[in-house]
Amino acid sequence: MTQASQMTVSDEVAIEITNMNKWYGTFHVLRDIDLTVQRGERIVICGPSGSGKSTLIRCINALEEHQQGRIVVDGTVLSSDLKNIDKIRSEVGMCFQHFNLFPHLTILENCTLAPIWVRKTPKREAEETAMHFLEKVKIPEQADKYPGQLSGGQQQRVAIARSLCMRPRIMLFDEPTSALDPEMIKEVLDTMIELAEEGMTMLCVTHEMGFARQVANRVIFMDAGQIVEQNEPEEFFNNPKSERTKLFLSQILGH
Amino acid sequence: MSDTHAQSVAFVRETEIPPSPPPVAQAGAVKWVRENLFSGVFNTVLTLIALYVVARLAIAVFPWFYNGVWEAESIRDCRDQLDGATGACFAVLVDRWDHLLFGFKYPQDGYWRILLAFVLLMAAAAPALFQKLPRKMLLFTALYPFLAYWLIWGGSLWMPVTLLALVIATGLVFQLVARQISVDMRKIVSGVIGVICGVGLTYLLFIGAQELVFIAGSVGTEGIVSSVAYGLFWLMAIFTFALCVPMGIFVGYAIFNSYEDGGLVSVVTALLFIYVALTYLLGPIWMALNGVFPIELQEVASRDMGGFMLNMILGTVCVSLSIPLGILLALGRQSSMPLIKGVCVVFIEFIRGVPLITLLFVANVMLAYFLPPESNFDLILRVIIMITMFSAAYIAEVIRGGLAALPKGQYEAADSLGLDYTQATRLIILPQALKISIPGIVNVAVGLFKDTTLVSIISMFDLVGMIRGPIQNSTEWISVYWEVYGFGALLFFVVCYSISQYSQWLERQLNTSHR
Repeated sequence: MTQASQMTVSDEVAIEITNMNKWYGTFHVLRDIDLTVQRGERIVICGPSGSGKSTLIRCINALEEHQQGRIVVDGTVLSSDLKNIDKIRSEVGMCFQHFNLFPHLTILENCTLAPIWVRKTPKREAEETAMHFLEKVKIPEQADKYPGQLSGGQQQRVAIARSLCMRPRIMLFDEPTSALDPEMIKEVLDTMIELAEEGMTMLCVTHEMGFARQVANRVIFMDAGQIVEQNEPEEFFNNPKSERTKLFLSQILGH
Repeated sequence: MSDTHAQSVAFVRETEIPPSPPPVAQAGAVKWVRENLFSGVFNTVLTLIALYVVARLAIAVFPWFYNGVWEAESIRDCRDQLDGATGACFAVLVDRWDHLLFGFKYPQDGYWRILLAFVLLMAAAAPALFQKLPRKMLLFTALYPFLAYWLIWGGSLWMPVTLLALVIATGLVFQLVARQISVDMRKIVSGVIGVICGVGLTYLLFIGAQELVFIAGSVGTEGIVSSVAYGLFWLMAIFTFALCVPMGIFVGYAIFNSYEDGGLVSVVTALLFIYVALTYLLGPIWMALNGVFPIELQEVASRDMGGFMLNMILGTVCVSLSIPLGILLALGRQSSMPLIKGVCVVFIEFIRGVPLITLLFVANVMLAYFLPPESNFDLILRVIIMITMFSAAYIAEVIRGGLAALPKGQYEAADSLGLDYTQATRLIILPQALKISIPGIVNVAVGLFKDTTLVSIISMFDLVGMIRGPIQNSTEWISVYWEVYGFGALLFFVVCYSISQYSQWLERQLNTSHR
């Protein structure tokens, strides 16, 4: 019995992607993507590099523009209207492979910047919230340092805290542990697991299969811009249906 | 490995090695000299040659300074006093001190105004240069330009005060349209402003087209070159005639259509307001105020400015204007809107492709042809505009380098947090891009400050103009070169070296990478 099944998933739809297509020039990166995410769902997206998994989640907060199809996030249709885009972005948190902290601001300022300027939260309140989330990711003592003084794992946890300070309803993770040393991967995964246990809707692009087994309630396998297979983690890992999935799993679980 | 004993390979550390301080560097003058000056045959030879050159230079220059004459009537008097010995004639600096600093036409009893403006400049610049000073001091920095204008140019105090009031009023109008009024009210404002701008633009384009027809007529059709020019002017005229109404409608509609977020309409309203205010309100208001309660300093015309003061005025004003303008141009060049991007690219490339001296000649001579005959557009203002445009183009390219050096992830992180373009640019992108650009910006600023001496070519009497003109052409100081130019070089060096030291200090302050 995985932990995932103990966590609740509501019927409310958080993200709905229908028939979405995207091209880079003439290269067809995402083909006919259909995906519905319920509130509270934790989805792990995996696949070989270049399969379009990062592009897919980057389309959800409009870091990439899709050319065809429809994306609805939290009831807001993603169009080229800047107002909608900013609204969606402030509701959807995102963590990047290379953390992308702001190097000229302290950890605390990194965390309070968006709440103060986007949400118009008073400074003191924003700082309290920031400290709350920094404690949650277990690095409150680093609040006055600059990102360059922190280790990779600490930086990624700050990045998670920075997103959480906006009180997002959905979190996107774009390979959050791929740039980290093995020892630091665990501290970041622990933070993410804790987040999952609180019922956050999460979409993670990751190759951490242990994490997928433990928290995901759905694993999506992508290849060549298409969703090849999706299933519950137990079924996905023990009983993959497609040949492509079998090959992929044998390669990453091979040793 | 099978024959190796396990004990000899396996190792477990049981005690931790305590950290110890690094070895103390060996010091001492002898050691330093040996290591840095005489570390080998080749270095020893180089050191000896260098010592010889330095010694010869010192021997040659020292008497020139030491024998220098500080009190003399003229160069002949100097030579008599020196009586054949090598020596400088520093008396020229004493005699023409005021001219070198303030030019030869500025009223002598007004020198205190310049000095006061200079001292206040330090106070005004301090909060902008040093982050740690209280932010309230920036209020004085904002007031300083108006105060300095009054001190240097004189006239009625009410002129700059009224100007300041109108600028503040423009800011209030902008705030009002952008934030305070309801969307319905803004719709009305946008409609009115849109119509005014549309009709105005159509009218201007129509006049321009007529002008083109007139020019075509005066070019005539004799010879191949004239015929081609005639054809081109007619083509442009037809183009402008055809476009004047659609352009007017397009721009007017664009302004009207921005009523919802209020960005464009607030900017245009503010611009229109300040134009009307400057044209119709400024003069009458300050004259009326001055009539009731006159506060005046003796007025000094722009052509009477001179000496190092003129270099300082041009340098300070142009640097402080061209940095913001350069930032806007750099951002505009990165814009995804083709019109804005195109305008910025053409501006930058054109200005960079033209020598500054050409622009100064345009400012001096050519603008008079384009401007209406009755307008007297201040010469210093024209020069300031030209130098500012010139250095802004260079600064824009330096800042573009800084923008390009930022990882894409910074833009994405800012976007993903929901910051809009203005916030992301102001809070995330510019602080980092400007930090990277500091050495380049300072490079341009230092170059610009020295380039202000080029105005001597369009017969303005800045420091170099004073030396080349009134001083060296006078009968007393007819062939004085080293002393005056050396003094000029010293003044420029002090300012430029200070700027460069400040920038290095700033770079250290802003270094948060700790890598």
